[in-house]
Amino acid sequence: MKVYEKSHSFYEVFERKSGPAKEATHYCPGCGHGNVHKMIAEALEDMELTSRTVLVSPVGCSVFAYYYFDCGNTQAAHGRAPAVATGVKRANPDSIVISYQGDGDLAAIGTAETIHAANRGENITVFFINNAIYGMTGGQMAPTTMLGQRSTTTPLGRQEHVHGNPIRMCEMLSTLPAPTYIERVAVGDSKHVMKTRKAIRKALKIQAEGKGYSFVEILSPCPTGWKMDPTVARDWLMDEMTKVFPLGVFKDESDNVDEGSWDREFKPFDTDQVNAYLDRLKTSMTEGAQVTLKEDLHCKFAGFGGQGILTLGLFLSQIGMRAGQQVSWFPAYGPEMRGGTANCSVNLSNERIGSPLVDEPNVLVVMNQPSLDAFEKTVPDGGLIIVDTTIVQGKPDTDRLNAVMIPASKIADEVGTPKIANVVILGALVAATGAFTPEYCMETLRSVIKKKNLVEMNMEAFRRGYDFVKNQ
Amino acid sequence: MAKQFMKGNDAIIVGALAAGCRAYYGYPITPASEIAHAAALHFPALGGVFIQAESEVAAINMVYGTAGMGIRTMTASSSPGFSLKQEGLSYCAGAELPLVVVNIDRGGPGLGNIAPEQADYFQVTKGGGHGNYRLITLAPNGAQEMCDLTMKAFDLADKYRNPACIMADGITGQMMEVVEIPEAKPVPYDHTAWAVDGTPATSKNLISSIVLEPSELEEHNLKLDAKYREIMANEALCEEYRTEDADLIVVAYGVISRIVYSTVDQARAEGLKVGLLRPITLWPFPSEAIAAHAERDMRFLAVELSTGQMVEDVRLAVGGKAPVDFYGRCGGMVPEGAELMNQYRQLMEGVVRS
Repeated sequence: MKVYEKSHSFYEVFERKSGPAKEATHYCPGCGHGNVHKMIAEALEDMELTSRTVLVSPVGCSVFAYYYFDCGNTQAAHGRAPAVATGVKRANPDSIVISYQGDGDLAAIGTAETIHAANRGENITVFFINNAIYGMTGGQMAPTTMLGQRSTTTPLGRQEHVHGNPIRMCEMLSTLPAPTYIERVAVGDSKHVMKTRKAIRKALKIQAEGKGYSFVEILSPCPTGWKMDPTVARDWLMDEMTKVFPLGVFKDESDNVDEGSWDREFKPFDTDQVNAYLDRLKTSMTEGAQVTLKEDLHCKFAGFGGQGILTLGLFLSQIGMRAGQQVSWFPAYGPEMRGGTANCSVNLSNERIGSPLVDEPNVLVVMNQPSLDAFEKTVPDGGLIIVDTTIVQGKPDTDRLNAVMIPASKIADEVGTPKIANVVILGALVAATGAFTPEYCMETLRSVIKKKNLVEMNMEAFRRGYDFVKNQ
Repeated sequence: MAKQFMKGNDAIIVGALAAGCRAYYGYPITPASEIAHAAALHFPALGGVFIQAESEVAAINMVYGTAGMGIRTMTASSSPGFSLKQEGLSYCAGAELPLVVVNIDRGGPGLGNIAPEQADYFQVTKGGGHGNYRLITLAPNGAQEMCDLTMKAFDLADKYRNPACIMADGITGQMMEVVEIPEAKPVPYDHTAWAVDGTPATSKNLISSIVLEPSELEEHNLKLDAKYREIMANEALCEEYRTEDADLIVVAYGVISRIVYSTVDQARAEGLKVGLLRPITLWPFPSEAIAAHAERDMRFLAVELSTGQMVEDVRLAVGGKAPVDFYGRCGGMVPEGAELMNQYRQLMEGVVRS
């Protein structure tokens, strides 16, 4: 003889519930939540899933689902349950994660979270209680409220041209490729309760087998919100609601999806693994002698996007880093990067660097005319200005500034490609400042240039720029 | 070499990996996107989680899910995106979840622009969401600190079971500097007493911020408040440079502290006794360190990339015992050193020169 008793997936006594009645639920008479809770609890127990289940409860009448279910419980903000469920499931793929939501939560304030969790094929189960009304907040219109249905915010009944139509989530979600199982059921009469029971179990089984996203919409009566007698409410549910929300399976790929195919990998923190990985993020640069600068370099490099202005800054920075100097590099960022002008500020110093911005550069490189026009005046008297004369037509004030006029793009073209004009400039800069030996720079470049087939061309470009200045 | 030349934004992710962060959820926004790019590259490579969420709101709620499991997790954004996370942060604070959120502050209000600002100070330090809560807030001013303070933020978040925030500006995020790559060490916190991670060991636990009974919610708030007082007593940090004898102490954080630092020696060479006090934690605010200086004859100048937000905390700390002036730029305009020097000269006119 089978003894029917309360599922062991429920707490024996609902200690979390406030007030004296700790063995009854907080739901109204005739409400569908109790039925659905019971069927979920029984399924969890029968399928032996309870102890690894996390139930995410929503905002709405089922906000207190955690009073009842004897499993891990997480209460989410309004509409966010599928996002919270995602955060749980991804970080423990062995858990069973249920997102239990009402219509306002799932289909109004949380529509985006609902759709995108489905679209990612999260291996979770969503139970959607559609009772066509906001219960907890006092009977307002839900996204699923029927046309003509009165609520506290549609006192004359819901009108299509004022409030829109009831939204059909199963139909919408079933257009997505990822979900494995989508069904709409109803807890209106005993036959449909049995179908609901089956759908709940199927959805949980799909998750337990790693077969992906499952979604069960359950049409459920709200006699209080609908202002109906519970039996009348059940009839209205079956007779009227099912016209707008037809019952049935909208998608079922469970037989076509392999077990485990929607399981995601998650590894806990392993310090050895992370340290080995962090080792790979360290520079490929070889150790080099420490170099003390005679004078700090405060550089501004400017030109068109695509001329390698930012890379010029990076190369010089890395030479400084290898030499044990303090270094900062800061680009003009954002839309400026996408066409038009590019510039960056680079500081090399023996001492701690204050501002990373360079307002008064003692080294200015200009690779186009607008940069000469914009920045020449910011260089203090006696500062160094390097001009790519292949591109820039204007002349800087050579009385005031120490100018290097170098046809860098032309030289680069002779070496192999105008794209390495920036390295020609770097050679010229190193020669003109005397900050480093050319050998030191070339060693550094060898270890940081990623495309190894381009190393020799870069060496040649650097050397040509360096010699150009030295031979003047 | 155990170093790399990297952007501040990238250094945040290096720090996060070393700290044992296993899941990143985010949404793209300039000038914070590099953080997501680095997370997308590194987290899956280590068997961790990266999800580009459908919204900032979803991202912070995914964080809520993972943080509730006692697993280190984070999200990052910039001002408009950070605004969207406020609901989630309030829930995280209410449910006492440890996590790290990064705000690379840009120009506001509204869509504003993508240039650096510090105008989210109020939102970050005073609790941008609803209810009585605080974010532990750290303000790095260079790439190494972006890494190191991110690691510290995870430790503080765990220690106090509270969200911790890295508040940086667009320049500190975009700037590249030399970063010493840290070593990963085990996370010393055991979360099984409260977390819900889908295992039998935690199946009796509940993650929630709902407390229906007013008397119980008051009790919960007072418990949080006691925690916040403990954080205020123990965790305030600042750095000082030449403040001992300063007639003018400039209070500045983030990139502005770097610009002020550049001017201190220059001002001293002119005979202006200027010093720098840099809050490293914005909440808790280093009020005691500031107040200590107010006992002698001197004055303060708060410099910010805002129209005046942190200056209010400086004034509260000083309690009227010394003059507190303010200088700010905003909208993405950043003061030059020469501009600050002019401010010092004006303020110190009439002060006896040494």
